[in-house]
Amino acid sequence: MPTLQFDEKICETCPTGACLVKCRYMDVDRDQATVEMIKISRGEDSFVFDACVTCYGCEEYCTRGNHPFYLITEKREGKGLLTTPRAITNQWINIGEPQGRYKLGKIGKRILSFGFMPGFFKMARGKLFEDIMPSFVFGQEFFCNVVYIHFANTSIIKKRLPMVMENFKKLGVEEVVCLHDECYGSFAHLAPAYGIEVPFKPVHYFDYLYDRLKQLSDQITPLHIKAAYQRPCSSRLSRSKHHLVRDIMELIGVDLVEREYQDENTLCCGGIYAMLYGYDFAKDVQKRNIDDMAEHGARYCVFNCPACQDTLGEKVAKRQIRPVHMIDLCRMAIGEKPLPEE
Amino acid sequence: MKDIARLLAEIVGQEYVSAEPEERYFYARDPGLMPPHTPDYVVIPETTDEVQKIVRLANREKIPVVPMGAGLSLTGLAIPLKGGMVVDMKRMSRIIRVNEMARYALVEGGTSQGALKAYLERHHPRLRHSIPDAPPTATLAANASIHGQGRLTQQYGFNSDLVSGLEVVTGAGEICRIGSCALSPDWFSKGAPFPDLSGLFLGWFGATGIITKLAVKLYPRKKLRDVEIFVTDRGDLVPEIVYEITHTEMAEDILAFTQPKPMMFKDNHHVSFYLTGDTDEELEFKRKIIWHALDPYIKSKDGGFMGIPSMMKPVLLESPQRSASGLADVKKGGGFEYSGPIVMLERYPACMKKLQELGARYDLAYSGMVRVIDGGHSVMFAFAFAFNRADPDMMERTRKALKEVSDFVLKIGGLYWKPTVVEQRLAIQHMDPNTWKLMEMIKHNLDPNGIMNPGNWEVG
Repeated sequence: MPTLQFDEKICETCPTGACLVKCRYMDVDRDQATVEMIKISRGEDSFVFDACVTCYGCEEYCTRGNHPFYLITEKREGKGLLTTPRAITNQWINIGEPQGRYKLGKIGKRILSFGFMPGFFKMARGKLFEDIMPSFVFGQEFFCNVVYIHFANTSIIKKRLPMVMENFKKLGVEEVVCLHDECYGSFAHLAPAYGIEVPFKPVHYFDYLYDRLKQLSDQITPLHIKAAYQRPCSSRLSRSKHHLVRDIMELIGVDLVEREYQDENTLCCGGIYAMLYGYDFAKDVQKRNIDDMAEHGARYCVFNCPACQDTLGEKVAKRQIRPVHMIDLCRMAIGEKPLPEE
Repeated sequence: MKDIARLLAEIVGQEYVSAEPEERYFYARDPGLMPPHTPDYVVIPETTDEVQKIVRLANREKIPVVPMGAGLSLTGLAIPLKGGMVVDMKRMSRIIRVNEMARYALVEGGTSQGALKAYLERHHPRLRHSIPDAPPTATLAANASIHGQGRLTQQYGFNSDLVSGLEVVTGAGEICRIGSCALSPDWFSKGAPFPDLSGLFLGWFGATGIITKLAVKLYPRKKLRDVEIFVTDRGDLVPEIVYEITHTEMAEDILAFTQPKPMMFKDNHHVSFYLTGDTDEELEFKRKIIWHALDPYIKSKDGGFMGIPSMMKPVLLESPQRSASGLADVKKGGGFEYSGPIVMLERYPACMKKLQELGARYDLAYSGMVRVIDGGHSVMFAFAFAFNRADPDMMERTRKALKEVSDFVLKIGGLYWKPTVVEQRLAIQHMDPNTWKLMEMIKHNLDPNGIMNPGNWEVG
C-alpha cells in the first residue's frame, strides 16, 4: 500500500511555518504552526482538523518538500473526521469507479489525458492539438482520483491510483499531456509523495499550450482584453507551472488584472465549499472573489479547471464578466473561435 | 356491426370512424403491461354535440364507450376491456380562451399539455400550467380525470385540484356544466361556493362521462428557474428533509428519487427541488432560505448539496422532462411501468425498502421516485420498473413485482393512483362499504346503462 512520505523533522526545523501561517482560513503564527503540524504528525488532536477547508494551499506554501495537506487528510481519515457529508463522498467515489467505458484515441508515445472530463472533447481541437490528436485517453480508468483529498479519503486514492498507473503502463506511452491540472498534480506531485511509480512523463497542458503558441506565433492576433484568472485548488500541486499562466496570456495579448485574490492569495471557486460547509461560506468566498475581479476591471474570467468554470461561470457572467477556458481563449487568439462579445 | 360504423360516420364523418383491424389493433393497447382488448370501433369526434350523439347512440345500442386522451396511463385505463368504441378526443384540441387576469385557460377535452404550454409561451408568457412529466401529447382532460400531477403539484395540489370548470357529456348523454360556468360565462371555480360536482367525473377514468371542455388554473411564470439536489445516504431522513423544505414555502416542485444506476446515484437518496424568481435576488433569497433550513444535515454530515454538472442542468430543467423516458429503455425493448400510490410522506422509507427488495427478488431494473403533493400532505411514490418487451419472462417478473406493490400499498395505508382494474377491485373490497355504495349510486345515475368505460370501478 502506498505510504505518505512525510518527515516530521522538516517541520521541527521549519523557519516559517508557512503551511499554516499563510493559510487564508486560520490565524496562526510560526510557533503555533510548527506545534500543530507536529501534533498532527503524531496523531494527536489539533484545531486544524476543524479549521482546514481543504483548499490545498499549504501544499504550495510548504517549500521544504513536506506534504502538510496530505498529512492532514491522512490523519483526518484515520480519526474518522469527515469533511464532507457521507452521501457526497459516496457519490464521488461511485462516479470515479472504473466501469470499462473508457475511450482511447489512436494512442501514440505522447497522448492527451482528458481525465474524466468530457468537456475536453470539445476543447482539444484545431491547430493547437493537431500534432498530438487523436492520441488521447478518457475515462475512469485514467482518472487521477486526487479530488478525494477534499473528502479526507486517501484510501481510495491509494487503492485506485496504482491501478491507473498500470493502465497507462499498458498503453506504453512515454508522455502524458494532462488537460486537467488536477491530473498533472496527481501524477507529478501526489503520486511521488506516496511513492507511487509513474510510468510516463507527466506534462502540464500549460507547457504544451505555450510551446504550441510559440510555434503558431505568426497566427496569433493579440486579444487585447482584460481578464482575471481563476486559479483552481489543484494548481497548488503544480506551483512551478503557475508562471505559465502569465506567459501564455502575454503571448495572446491578454492583460491579466492585478487583483487581491491571485497567485498564492487565490480564492477557491467555492464548489467544494458548498458541499462541505453549506451556503454562507461558499457564497462569501465566491462574492469576495467575483467582487475582486469586477473591481479590478476584468472583462473576462479565464478558467483553468472545467469544474471551476461549472461553478463560477454563470455567476461571473451575471456580473458582465465573460467566462472562458484557457484553451478556448488560446483558440480565439489564433482565430479558431470568436471572442465572446462584451 | 357495419351499421354502427355507418351511424357513427353520420355523426362525425366517414374519415373519422374506423372498424378496420389496423386501427383497432392500435387502440387495443397502451405502453404498459395490461393485456390488450380490441375495440369494435374507433371514433374521433370534433364537437361536444358529436360526443353527445355518440354517447346517445351507444346508450341506444348498449355499446361500451371508452374515452381516450393520448392513451398514456400505462395502467390500461383507456383499453376497451369489453370492446365497444374508443372515443379518441384528439380532434377536440382547441384552446378556447385564456383569461390572463383570472389566470385560467379554457380548452377542449382533447387538448394536449404540449399545445397549451406552447400557446402560453407564445401568447401569455407570464402564465404557466402544471405540466406533468408525461410526453407532451398527454391531454389535460385525461390527466385531470386521473388526478394527475405536474410541476406545480407541490405548491397547489393534484392537477385535478387545479381544474376550474368542466363541460361533460354524462354517461346518460346529457351535456352538463360543472362549476362557475354553470351560471356564469366565466370558468373561475369548479365548485365553491356551490357543491363541487367535479368529483362526479374526476377520478372516474371516464366511467361516468366524457370531459369535453375544461378550464385549468394558470399560475405566474417567473423569469428564472433553477434546481438543486440534496443528497443523503439515509432514506429514513428523507421525510424530514422534505418536511423542512416544504416548511420554507420557497420551492416550486419537490421530488425525491433513488436508483442504483447510473453509478452517481447508487446507494443515495436525492431530494431535488426547483426554485423560481423574477430576479436573481428573489431566486437567491429562496435558495438561501432552503439551504439554511438543511444546514443541520450538512453539519451532521448526513446530507449535502451535490454540484450539478452544467450538462445535467438543462435536462433537469426541461418541462416535461424527456429523460424520464430514458428509464423505459434501460433494459432495451422499451418496456416501462410504474405503480404510483399516493401515500403519506412518512412512508417513504418503507416504500423504498420494499422497492429495493422487489428489485433484488425479481432481478429488475428499478427506480423509486417521489413527487410531493400540496405542501407535503401526501406524496406519489413511483415503484418504477423497466423491462424488455421481447422478454416474456422479464415481463412476468415485472407483473409479479407490481402485484406485490398493490398488496403492499394497502398495508401501508396508501391509495392507488390511476389504478389498474385489478387494483380498483382491491380498493373496492377494502374500502368502507358505504363509500362504495355511494360510488355505485353515482355511477348508476350518471351511466344507467353501464356503457362508460366498463370494467372500471366495477366489482368485477
